[in-house]
Amino acid sequence: MNINVTLIGELIAFVVFVLFCMKYVWPPLMGAIEERQKTIADGLAASDRAAKELELAQSKATAQLKEAKAQAAEIIEAAKKREAQLVDEAAEKAQAEREKIVASGYAEIESERNRAKEELRAQVAALAVVGAEKILERSIDAAEHSDILDKLVAEL
Amino acid sequence: MAADTGSYIKHHLTNAKMCTVDGSVAFNKACADAGFWTLHIDTLLWSLVLGLVFLLTFRSVAKKATTGVPGKLQCAIEMIVEFVDTSVKETFHGKNPLIAPLSLTIFMWVLLMNAMDWVPVDLIPTIAGWIGATFMGMDPHDVYIKSVPTTDMNMTFALSIGVFFLIIYYSIKVKGLGGFTKELTLQPFNHPAFIPVNFILESVTLIARPVSLALRLFGNLYAGELIFILIATIGLFQLPVHFLWAAFHLLVIPLQAFIFMMLTIVYLSLAHEDH
Repeated sequence: MNINVTLIGELIAFVVFVLFCMKYVWPPLMGAIEERQKTIADGLAASDRAAKELELAQSKATAQLKEAKAQAAEIIEAAKKREAQLVDEAAEKAQAEREKIVASGYAEIESERNRAKEELRAQVAALAVVGAEKILERSIDAAEHSDILDKLVAEL
Repeated sequence: MAADTGSYIKHHLTNAKMCTVDGSVAFNKACADAGFWTLHIDTLLWSLVLGLVFLLTFRSVAKKATTGVPGKLQCAIEMIVEFVDTSVKETFHGKNPLIAPLSLTIFMWVLLMNAMDWVPVDLIPTIAGWIGATFMGMDPHDVYIKSVPTTDMNMTFALSIGVFFLIIYYSIKVKGLGGFTKELTLQPFNHPAFIPVNFILESVTLIARPVSLALRLFGNLYAGELIFILIATIGLFQLPVHFLWAAFHLLVIPLQAFIFMMLTIVYLSLAHEDH
């Protein structure tokens, strides 16, 4: 056994070392470790949160896209309906117009023909009178025989 | 050869001593009669140097410790700190700011002191002998230096007695003087008639803690160092054998440091437990 005063020296050294370690070594190291652990944990939590948010946003976007597609289909449907309606309306209008134009054309033609007929009748009467005059020479008094002429004209 | 080997081993196992004889400082053989008032300057020197290596390295890292991406040295030191912290938290379930730094100091200091085991046994004594002979005019055979402080019982007992004081201090602080006395006298047989028996049993238990702590560490390292010295005496064959023994000490050195730390935590946690 060689126990001697070295033991007391080492004991003092031990106490001093432990106190130094407790004051100047352990707290800053542990502080750094704990702070980094916190940072990492926060980062992981944030990334988790972000992933969840992304998922939510994606599902939201999908839903919106679906809705938009449905709306677009609805709009297209309505437009098609309206288009058909417009075409029908236009066709109807055009038909009516045509009928009107055709009818007015017929009427005009009729009136023109009547007028021409009237004119022709008058001219034929005149011609008949002139012809008869020429044939009968003075034997016929125009005033005396006008009633016969009128009858003739009416027969034409 | 036998006498040579004997004196060689004895030389390697002798501490450098310092004492005062007749009012002046004396060394080594002159200190044979100094008894308790002898100082093992090699133990003191190496333990202080190694303790300072530990503390200054850790302190320099602690000062520069960043909470961002750590460097390699910081990583290594943080691994040790984490390891000690985990060991403490697993065993000690109280709040005590002393236990963790105490455990770290014990672990690192004992680890470094044990690691001196790996230094070839002749290297430091030869250098010391040369310095003694060249600069101080000493006979190199009279220059002693034992470079593994934990092979000196003064060192291991200093540690374990420090721990023992803490056990007593926290026992009294947590349980009160009465509680501590009760623990010593009313266990394991809770009857007034058994108080002396209980006291003897519990005292032995209490005293056995520092003694076993110190002797376990001392015994392991002393034996390890002794074998290294024996291997050094067998000639050329020592190289592979030395390598094997050193490789084996890869286990012994950290294990002994770990056991010392772990038992310290366990004893202190027992001291904190109130029955």
